Amino acid sequence: MSEAMYVIPALAILTAMFLAVVRALMGPTVFDRVLAANAIGTSAIMLLAVVGFLTGRPEWLDVGITYGILNLIGTFAVLKFFRHGNLAHSGEVRDDGEQDR
Amino acid sequence: MNWLVPWLPLIRDIASWLLLLSGSFFFLVGAVGMVRMPDVYTRMHAVSVTETLGCGLLIAGMMLQAGFSQVTGKLFVIGALFFLTAPVATHALAQAALHMGVGPKLQDEGDLGEAMPVAFDNVESREQIEQQGRPS
Repeated sequence: MSEAMYVIPALAILTAMFLAVVRALMGPTVFDRVLAANAIGTSAIMLLAVVGFLTGRPEWLDVGITYGILNLIGTFAVLKFFRHGNLAHSGEVRDDGEQDR
Repeated sequence: MNWLVPWLPLIRDIASWLLLLSGSFFFLVGAVGMVRMPDVYTRMHAVSVTETLGCGLLIAGMMLQAGFSQVTGKLFVIGALFFLTAPVATHALAQAALHMGVGPKLQDEGDLGEAMPVAFDNVESREQIEQQGRPS
């Protein structure tokens, strides 16, 4: 088993993270930045797994699982904040048919 | 089939190489698409390539190297997490973008940033449609 085969995926993931950072910096809307943050989180999980295999100690996958769940929750929190203005919004429809924004 | 046994680690390494290299390729394709695509929705489309094919192939390649162990189970959990949460996050992002009035960019008609929320508001109030009667 050669650990050197994980160098190319690690470099590809680092390049993908750099391009996602570029999109997050130049994104015209806030949704581009949220999308780039989500992609950076995904790339970070895969980089964690690949570097774990690269160093021969794949025990950091648990951190990757936790980080995946946090990535989803963080994306939802930011989206809800920018859509409704606060995080405590219930998202229900009022009695007069209008939906709170 | 007994002659095949000494070659099995080599075959496993070659298969793992192919999976890791193709996963790296799709990772780069998704990242380049996220920089070069014109608006938010096409960028989501590009990122979904990264989250399904890129991560899936890389995880499959690492699973082949890990063998039948606890690490394979953890990698399977990470892959299942991607396959469950990535469509949900993309759907929430697209719905929030459409709700806030960020329209998709079409080729010859320019930006539909003002036309799309009107259409979305018409669809939104279902009671209004039922009161006015559906167009037949």
